[in-house]
Amino acid sequence: MIVAPVEPRRVVITGVGAVTPAGDDAATTFATALAGRSTASPIGTWDPEGHPVRFAAQIPDFDPAAVIAPRDARRIDRVSQLGLVAAEEALTQAGLVGDADEAAIDRTRVAVVVGSGVGGILTLEDQIEVRVTRGVERVSPLLIPMMMANATSGLIALRHGFRGSAFSVATACASGADSIGTGLDLIRAGRADIVVAGGAEAAITPTAMAAFARMGALSTRNDDPTAASRPFDRDRDGFVMGEGAGVLVLEAADHAAGRGATVLGELAGYGSTCDAHHITAPDPDGAGAVACMLQALADAGLGPEAIGHVNAHGTSTPLNDAAESLAMAKVFGTPPPTTSTKGVTGHLVGATGAVEAILALLAARAGTVPPVANLVETDVPADLDLVRDAPRSIAVAPVLSNSFGFGGHNASLVLVPAGR
Amino acid sequence: MERTEILDAVYDACVEILKVDKAELSETTSFADDLDADSLALVEVVMQLEEQFDLRIPEDDLDDVATIGAAADVVATHLAAA
Repeated sequence: MIVAPVEPRRVVITGVGAVTPAGDDAATTFATALAGRSTASPIGTWDPEGHPVRFAAQIPDFDPAAVIAPRDARRIDRVSQLGLVAAEEALTQAGLVGDADEAAIDRTRVAVVVGSGVGGILTLEDQIEVRVTRGVERVSPLLIPMMMANATSGLIALRHGFRGSAFSVATACASGADSIGTGLDLIRAGRADIVVAGGAEAAITPTAMAAFARMGALSTRNDDPTAASRPFDRDRDGFVMGEGAGVLVLEAADHAAGRGATVLGELAGYGSTCDAHHITAPDPDGAGAVACMLQALADAGLGPEAIGHVNAHGTSTPLNDAAESLAMAKVFGTPPPTTSTKGVTGHLVGATGAVEAILALLAARAGTVPPVANLVETDVPADLDLVRDAPRSIAVAPVLSNSFGFGGHNASLVLVPAGR
Repeated sequence: MERTEILDAVYDACVEILKVDKAELSETTSFADDLDADSLALVEVVMQLEEQFDLRIPEDDLDDVATIGAAADVVATHLAAA
């Protein structure tokens, strides 16, 4: 007989992993974020001549060989390679790879929810060109398993033998955060004991870059890429496309305690709303974002005054940063110290919410908030306490991380560092 | 065309796509049992051979292709018909 628990299970984080333009692991990414220098550079993997935007935040020399055999790597799109490597780091930290614990867990109770904005678009774009230039008979039989949005979740489950739910959440730039929130829900609902949750994106392709540029979403600061991503700064002119993956091991607190896992923090709250305002533009009043943040705080059972810092979505687009500032002022009155790590990492799209949840947790644990890169003078309409120039020391306290996506999606997470 | 030349092309396709050591390959090597190649990998190997020899091998002709030697036979048959 299944008896529903009276109190929802608490959910903790027992591992984190990241591969980003700022580092090949979570710790290096955090150290680079603290240094506050942009990682954007001219596009080097294809010729961007003629493109309005010719730079991005790329992962140089990404080598998945330690995790993915060369034979498998050629059957796996870059987006899933990034996700697999980030998952390996997170699962290793959680003590779920390569030792007795791996065998000890019930794998039917492990779920995988790793989202993406667009999935394997590098492969799709490449194969469309193959079809057009060389004919339908030359289209790869691997295109579908490489491009499908759920490939990363399926491959992580396959590699580790996790046989619980495995699916992917697609809410554009909120995908990573919504995947983590969905993982929280799965554990609370009793559907899983462990959820491997996060996001991955590898969409620095000629067509995607052209399309984002045509929307007017990207910074066009081609002559000075490292100054292009400048969240909340007066001279911001768009986001900088990035790529990467972030994965967290979410675990029911009782399950983690039962196997003696080290707890990094608690995933205490999740908010999820939709603006229902415009397919890409944020609601200028930020009503959906306000509701989302309040929902996450209520879910965590915390008031706004308990939040030690905010990792804002802060894309460096004129519209987002203005609307987000207004929303934060409505939620907090006087907002706590606020950063956007996108100044350093660029915008990792479907991975961004996961990578930022990790950076937010590491900052909250350390009591050190990374500065906003390139922030000289702000012009956002609400008064924010933006961290600039150097890392800011704060008390160890819960953190709120925001992610907003095209489609009007808002996702907020509240993470509480362990040991407080 | 000499059969050894066709066989060599099959070996090369296996080396490139399946990342195996050429020295381990022979006519009797089984794609599934020895090389752990699934049907998608076999399609890739055959596509490379089609490209190299400028052939079109129908999917149905792959049903009985279990070994490297059988793949070479299919290529030889289509080359002869071309």
